[in-house]
Amino acid sequence: MLIYTLKRLGLAMIVMVTVSLISFMLLRVSGDPAISLAGEGASNEEIEFVRIQYGFDRPLIIQYFEWAGRALHGDLGDSPYLNQPVAQMLRERMGVTVILGVSALSFAMILSIPLGMLAAIRPNTWIDRVALSISVMGQAMPSFWFGLILIIFFGVHLRWLPISGSDTWRHFVMPTIALGYYATPAIMRLVRSGMIEVLASDHIRTARAKGLRWPRILFKHTLRNAIIPVVAVAAVQLGFMLGGSIVIESIFALNGLGNLAWVSISRSDLPVVQAIVLFLSTTYIILTFLADLLNAFLDPRIRST
Amino acid sequence: MSALLEVKHLNVDLNLPAGTLHAVRDVSFSVEKGKTLSLVGESGCGKSMIALAIMGLLPPSGICSAEKIAFEGLDLQKMSEKKMSTFRGARMAMIFQEPMTSLDPCYTIGNQLVEALTEHKKVSAREARDRAVFLLEKVGITGSASRLKQYPHQLSGGLRQRIMIAMGLMCGPSLIIADEPTTALDVTIQAQIMGLLASIQQEFNMGMILITHDLGVVSRVADDVVIMYCGQVVETGNIKEIFNNPIHPYTRGLMECIPVPGKTKPGEKLGSIPGIVPTPIGDLWGCSFRSRCSLATQECAARGLELIKISDKRSFRCINPPVTIADA
Ligand SMILES: Nc1ncnc2c1ncn2[C@@H]1O[C@H](COP(=O)(O)OP(=O)(O)O)[C@@H](O)[C@H]1O
Ligand SMILES: [Mg+2]
Repeated sequence: MLIYTLKRLGLAMIVMVTVSLISFMLLRVSGDPAISLAGEGASNEEIEFVRIQYGFDRPLIIQYFEWAGRALHGDLGDSPYLNQPVAQMLRERMGVTVILGVSALSFAMILSIPLGMLAAIRPNTWIDRVALSISVMGQAMPSFWFGLILIIFFGVHLRWLPISGSDTWRHFVMPTIALGYYATPAIMRLVRSGMIEVLASDHIRTARAKGLRWPRILFKHTLRNAIIPVVAVAAVQLGFMLGGSIVIESIFALNGLGNLAWVSISRSDLPVVQAIVLFLSTTYIILTFLADLLNAFLDPRIRST
Repeated sequence: MSALLEVKHLNVDLNLPAGTLHAVRDVSFSVEKGKTLSLVGESGCGKSMIALAIMGLLPPSGICSAEKIAFEGLDLQKMSEKKMSTFRGARMAMIFQEPMTSLDPCYTIGNQLVEALTEHKKVSAREARDRAVFLLEKVGITGSASRLKQYPHQLSGGLRQRIMIAMGLMCGPSLIIADEPTTALDVTIQAQIMGLLASIQQEFNMGMILITHDLGVVSRVADDVVIMYCGQVVETGNIKEIFNNPIHPYTRGLMECIPVPGKTKPGEKLGSIPGIVPTPIGDLWGCSFRSRCSLATQECAARGLELIKISDKRSFRCINPPVTIADA
């Protein structure tokens, strides 16, 4: 298990370095930073001065290590647009996005795992069809459209829930559903097919031959085997939800990272965009790493490879 | 004395897209307490279906009907699924052909052994574990305390099959069904496992149904033999009768596949029955073996080929037996 963890950790590090390198390059290829820092109408001498002042004349690789070193200490530079430390901006916005992502994934799991299980236990019955239609609907509806439907129905008509802002948990209900529903079909289908496959396997026949009762066969022996491929997908989905909540955040006027990314892109605030890319990819890598660990915990065969 | 298990006129049909497959046709036999009955026949003869029908573990496409499947005097067919599951593992256990895939890869051996007992009996974790250790030693696994912590993938096929046997014994069943328990194993391991099963069956005084395609295995362990072909019984008898006086051409064919110590020279080709077992789909008549039988005549295709009984336990299904029955 230790060797496995270290291997995965090493792999995660390598990916991390690659991603940060790309993220660093992103800023550099987008234009000469000395020109934009020196400001409009600056003379060539002034630009050269800035270049030397900020060290932009030195080899790129050294600049990368300096930048990475600062980033590791939580210094992501300043936003030239707002004159604010990027790290601080990120910290302020992160909470909303993380809450939204985690609750959306939880919603998706709570909906899709039981539905997938029911559909697998009773394939080709009405429950299977209900599950399938829920899944097809989730796949077919764009999340922004579903979000708007929710707003019109629960926000405007019934006035049950607030339609914008992030002050209380009630503000998160609709965004969570809109975002989480989108991830439901993939997880549900995976649970369903996994359960069907495991239920037909030899070791379930053994479990039945042992006289084990249904709940134990289902939850202990079937679900655990069937959930292993779901873990990796769920991690990827959470990554998507953190990065892909831009649309949902705009619809519900949530002040999260997605919103910040949207605004920053539109005003070419590159250090902020770069920091968000870095943050999201780091989260992604950490999630994948955690998923690997969880899978190793669930499946001893993975542990010993 | 009533038998431990009495199966009367058992039929198993599988509803397949291609039609109804008559996997088991009108099979009757009984297993005495503490005795071994062997079901013998090539692959595809319906042996596993008989075992699964008794255990109530037929696949969803399988439909079982029988005049009687009486176990310890109770008709299993009339039993609810819930009641049935209190018998499975507790009173009757089954060992499968595929030791590599028959254990749950996610749990330790200890966990899977212990739950076989705790599901049926109110015992402490300690007692269950002690029972597991005791049985692992019984099935010839040394260092059993540390084995309990191992996972299936860390063990060889032979060890896994030993563990399956130990698992079957956890509750002390009165009937054990072993479905080709050695087919998937190396030849050297096969004899060990078979010997183990025989000695365990004696020691725990269980009734056993031993399913095999190898008549040679049977001679050492079985009391009674049922020869199956294409879902039907073609010959039954006790072990001596079957070996001394095989009647059915199929039994004789199986016999020729067995190497005889001292007689079969190394490298000498053993007999084999040409052709394969037909798939029993659709309308069936006559002797199923006639397509492969060197003695077949036109009469063999006649309808209504009954099992001919010559004594209480001895019967055969052939209208043209190669021996005169008086000899048998
Ligand atoms: N799951 C299945 N689907 C379709 N046919 C099957 C299935 N299992 C068994 N059969 C068929 O049922 C018949 C009996 O099979 P089985 O009882 O497994 O034979 P045996 O155990 O003697 O090798 C065979 O003709 C086989 O092809
Ligand atoms: Mg079989």
